[in-house]
Order: sequence, then C-alpha cells, then structure tokens
Amino acid sequence: MSKGLPETRTDAAMSELVPEPRPKPAVPMKPVSINSNLLGYIGIDTIIEQMRKKTMKTGFDFNIMVVGQSGLGKSTLVNTLFKSQVSRKAASWNREEKIPKTVEIKAIGHVIEEGGVKMKLTVIDTPGFGDQINNENCWEPIEKYINEQYEKFLKEEVNIARKKRIPDTRVHCCLYFISPTGHSLRPLDLEFMKHLSKVVNIIPVIAKADTMTLEEKSEFKQRVRKELEVNGIEFYPQKEFDEDLEDKTENDKIRQESMPFAVVGSDKEYQVNGKRVLGRKTPWGIIEVENLNHCEFALLRDFVIRTHLQDLKEVTHNIHYETYRAKRLNDNGGLPPGEGLLGTVLPPVPATPCPSAE
Amino acid sequence: MDKEYVGFSALPSQLHRKSVKKGFDFTLMVAGESGLGKSTLINSLFLTNLYEDRQVPEASARLTQTLTIERRSVEIEEGGIKVKLTLVDTPGFGDAVDCSDCWLPVVRYVEEQFEQYLRDESGLNRKNIQDSRVHCCLYFISPFGRGLRPLDVAFLRAMHEKVNIIPVIGKADVLMPKETQALKQKIRDQLKEEQINIYQFPECDSDEDEEFKRQDAEMKGRIPFAVVGSCEVVREGGTTRPVRGRCYSWGTVEVENPHHCDFLNLRRMLVQTHLQDLKEVTHDLLYEGYRARCLQSLARPGARDRASRSKLSRQSTTEIPLPLLPLAETEKLIREKDEELRRMQEMLEKMQAQMQQSQVPGEQSDTL
Repeated sequence: MSKGLPETRTDAAMSELVPEPRPKPAVPMKPVSINSNLLGYIGIDTIIEQMRKKTMKTGFDFNIMVVGQSGLGKSTLVNTLFKSQVSRKAASWNREEKIPKTVEIKAIGHVIEEGGVKMKLTVIDTPGFGDQINNENCWEPIEKYINEQYEKFLKEEVNIARKKRIPDTRVHCCLYFISPTGHSLRPLDLEFMKHLSKVVNIIPVIAKADTMTLEEKSEFKQRVRKELEVNGIEFYPQKEFDEDLEDKTENDKIRQESMPFAVVGSDKEYQVNGKRVLGRKTPWGIIEVENLNHCEFALLRDFVIRTHLQDLKEVTHNIHYETYRAKRLNDNGGLPPGEGLLGTVLPPVPATPCPSAE
Repeated sequence: MDKEYVGFSALPSQLHRKSVKKGFDFTLMVAGESGLGKSTLINSLFLTNLYEDRQVPEASARLTQTLTIERRSVEIEEGGIKVKLTLVDTPGFGDAVDCSDCWLPVVRYVEEQFEQYLRDESGLNRKNIQDSRVHCCLYFISPFGRGLRPLDVAFLRAMHEKVNIIPVIGKADVLMPKETQALKQKIRDQLKEEQINIYQFPECDSDEDEEFKRQDAEMKGRIPFAVVGSCEVVREGGTTRPVRGRCYSWGTVEVENPHHCDFLNLRRMLVQTHLQDLKEVTHDLLYEGYRARCLQSLARPGARDRASRSKLSRQSTTEIPLPLLPLAETEKLIREKDEELRRMQEMLEKMQAQMQQSQVPGEQSDTL
C-alpha cells in the first residue's frame, strides 16, 4: 500500500479550492498528520468529500429578504449579487406603478446553478415599506411573515410523520437598505432594526453609495455604526454568536471596519480598459460595481455568499428559530403546538445543527 | 428734434438707481427631507457659509422631534448691489416615522407672513413695511425614489397656491443621464396629474432673437432641475482648472458644468434673471389671492354690496377692517395708533411754536 495515493487525493481536493477564500465548513487545508505513526490510511477525511457530493446533488435553500424604501436599488442589487434576473425590477419608469398602501410581502423563488451546485434561492421583497406619510408600525407585516415561517417549520418538525427534508422557508438573511443621506440613520431605520434584529439576521447596507465621496462614506459609516451601537442593535454577525477566537477576530474586523457595506448595483455592462464590467456610466466617469476602489459590492457579495452563507443559515436555525420555538413551547405550557399531536408530550428536539444537506 | 425728446426713457435707470440705494430683499424657503443636499446647495448658490455651525441631530433624537422653522439672514453684495437674503429652513420635515400633517407648520408660517403684511399694509405707518413674505420655495425631491412620494405630493398640494414653488432634484450625481431624464419626466407627469401649479418662468420677450428663445425653451424643458452642490474646489480629476465639484474615485463632478447637472440653469433662472419676477408674482398673485380670500371671509353679509365685494380691488380701501384679529386686539391697535398720532401732533405743535419764536418778526412761517 503506497502512501503516495491518499496524499495525491488530498492534494487534488485542495488545489481545486485554493483560489477561493477559505470557505466554511472547512475543507482540510493541511494534510492530517496526527496519524503519522499509523501504518495505514483509514480514509475518514473523505467524509467531507462525501458530504460535499451529497450537497451538490440535493442542492440547498437560501432565503434572502430585502427591506428599504422604494427606489433604493434593492432589486438591482439582488440581481447583481446572484448575477441573474432573480428579482423583477418593480419599476420601469414608464410603467404605471402605485405605491402599495400597506407593506406587501412578495416571495419569488429561483433555482440557480453554479459549478454543479444547485441553489434554490428565494428573494422576499417588501414593497411599500417606508413609503407612506405615516410609517408607524410598517415593520409589523414583515415581523409577522418571518414568524409565520418559523411557525411553519415548527409545525413540520413536531409532526409525527415528518418529511425527510423539511422545506425551509425561514428568512436566513435580511438586507436592510439605508438611504445615503450622509447625516445619520433615519428614525424609521432605528425602529425597524430595533424590532427585527432579535428575530432575523439583519445586514445593513448603504444603498446607492455612488452619491458619497470617500470621506463622506467613511464618516457616514462611522456615524451609523455608532448609532447602532448606542441603540443596542446587533446586526449580523452578532458578537454573542462568535464561536471561537478565529471567528471573533474575523468578524470583529468586518463589524468595526467594513460594515455597513456601501454598495452600488447595476445590471448594465460597459467597456473599461478592454474588459466588460458591470457599472454605471455618467458624464464624469464609469462606476465599476466590482471595483473595490469604487464601492463595496464585492465585499458584500463575498461576505454573504462566499464566506458566511452557511453561517447565516446556522444562526437562523440554531439561534433565531430556537428562540421562537422556546417561546412557543413556553406559551403552550411545554407542549408543542399544532395539530398532529394528540396531546402527547414529545421529547424535546435535540438542538444539533442541521447538516447542509437538509 | 430736442422738442420731441421728453426724457422719460431715463425712467428705468432712475428706478434702478433708487432700488440700488434702497437695497433689495428676498426670502427663500428650502424644504425637503433631510440629507438631500439642501444646505450645500444654498451655500453653493450664494457662495456663503450659512450653515457652518449647524448640528445635525442623530436619529434617536429625531424620533420625537417636531418640525421647526428656522430663519437665517445674510447680506450679500455684488457689483454695488446689496441683497438681504433671508433663508427659511424647515429642519425635521419628513424625518419622523409618522409624518402626517408635518407640512402644517410650514403652511401656517407662510400664511402668517401674509397676515403680517396685510396688517402692515392696512395700518397707518406704511413707510417701512418689512416684507417677510416667502418669495420662493425650493422643494427638494429625492433622487433615490421613483418620482414624487406621497409626502411630496401632500406638501406641494398644501403650498402651491401660497408660494412660488421651484422643484429641484437633490444629489443628482447619483443618477445616470437616462435615469435623470426618466425621473424628470415622471415628476412632470405626476405634477400634472395631481394638478400642482409650480412657478412658471415667464415667456421671454417676443423681440428676442431665435437663438435666445431656443436656449430659453431648452432651459425650461429641464425643470425640475437636477442639481449638485459643492463648496469645495477640486483641482485634480482631469480638470484643467480649479472648479467647484465633488471628487470621486471614478471621476469628478463639476457643479458648474451644464453636462453634469443643472446647477447653472437654476442659478441663472433663480438669481440672475427671475429674482424680481418671483417677488412680483408673490405680491401680485399669491398675496392678492390670500388677501381676497381673507377679506371675503370677514365681510359681514349685507354690510356692503355683494357685487362689488366679489371684485375686491385695491382701489376700494376706504374701510378695510383689520383682518383676523379679535375685536379686543383691533381696538388695542387702534388705540395705539391714536396715541402715536397724538404724540406726533404734539411734536408738530411744539416745533411750530419753536419756529415762531425764533423767527424774525414779519416773516411768515411755512407750515411744516
């Protein structure tokens, strides 16, 4: 049995992934050396590969909600993030568009595929938020929707005959769009985030950031961060859920320097230096969406999709959903809610993280 | 030929000299949500730093803030002409979560100025009437939305018959040229649909040449103006000489470049050519409308002929009641004015007596 074979396998797996930033869960970056005393190779490190293969076959769900006043570029940004027309832009200019009188919740699902991996992406839009003259409690329909998804999942979970894979419609991530006034947050922003940061992962983004110069941007971001802190609003990644030191340092840097991400979205391409880039063309220059000198779209994309996608889902499941579940059980006197129950007390569902292939 | 030359063609320059001596005042109101670049634009338009010591409150402080009206004055001199510019600001407008009726204090303010003017005009000492009426309101529309928002419509509806409104799109450098055109068209359509009368720039004289007329029409077609303000002078970014602008990583927006934004148009039409017209429209149209409404609602039935009342003109000023004041107040005012009159008469008599004493006997003294 030559030792050359297993090492080549690991090396092959590694070299595929080297150009990407380190994703989570980890693919082993260094060869396992603890068994150097053993004469054989067991092969348990291939479990990661098996899980990966399974994920690729089954695909996974991701539900992202966008909240903000109309015209802040929510749909364009989502389309840019996922490089496809996943969000129907609510307005061409010439279409008759009436602002809805109350906040509507519109969920549209798409299946997108990349590198053999299928993602069932659901974009949840909230037209009408913040557009009225009186916006009191306009976050209530949104909170209601989020809780309804938790309720649906809970009902499925406590069913006697459970589906093998519970369809997950819970909101994993909520992008909140801040208007780039340059001064500070608006009272409505504070109210929304205060109410919803305990229920869902909120990622604040500064919309249409091409309206601010570099100094204005950094001043505005500092002020927004300070205001959020002063008001006790914990946006994702929440400090209390950092699992280890490595997470903490990485997330600290993001929390204190990069967030909220100042983004620009576009679905038009222009020629810049011989390349076709997504951007916005003005008489004084072309704003390149993926150029880090111009805006932080690339940072947001890497953060949400390339590094923290799984973590967003895990926090939603382990923390927000469990909080909801505990509250429901307590309200119900320890009994799970819903029909299929017949009054029996079921043992509590163990709080293990669901594998990605759920 | 000299006989035919009367000389009143010099009247305009006489008027001009008089107004230069008297000075000129103008009251401009700026309204719109916070963060649309209002203060920066005002500073850019008038090359002043009116908002230097301003503190913008944080969001949590604005949760319970109500709308306030702030006035700032500045004297600007240029080419020997002095202008006393008064700026009326409306901080807090559109900020709260519940903005219902947040335009009412603004409407009340404008009407109060009319009321004050009406009172002064109907009073006895009319020499030094201070005109605090709002001559023009620059209303800022957000470039981040898709046209007029419900709050914009509500404000414009409440104010368009009371003040000259010039709508502008603030922070317009966030828009690409096509987006700017689309937004302007959407706003124009919405204004028509909601029947909101914004200030109409007057037609240019028929004896102007074609080129001027074309330019004028083109400028008017750009309303609402999409503006960018800046008080910083930038030298880099590919500009050949220092210009006022905003410096981005992808280029520099030049405030005074007509291809970049409509700042020059706004400045030309507001400050350079139509300042006087705005005052005239305020006085002849808006104020008269207010006055007519006000007096009509006061007139007792049967006290005067209804037909003549329905055409209240400036000639029929014989018995104008002081409007909108409760009776006690009116009487108090009349008493005060009577006092003043009596004092003035006393002074007159004293001076006449003095003159007679110091006079060389035999000469008649002119009545003063």
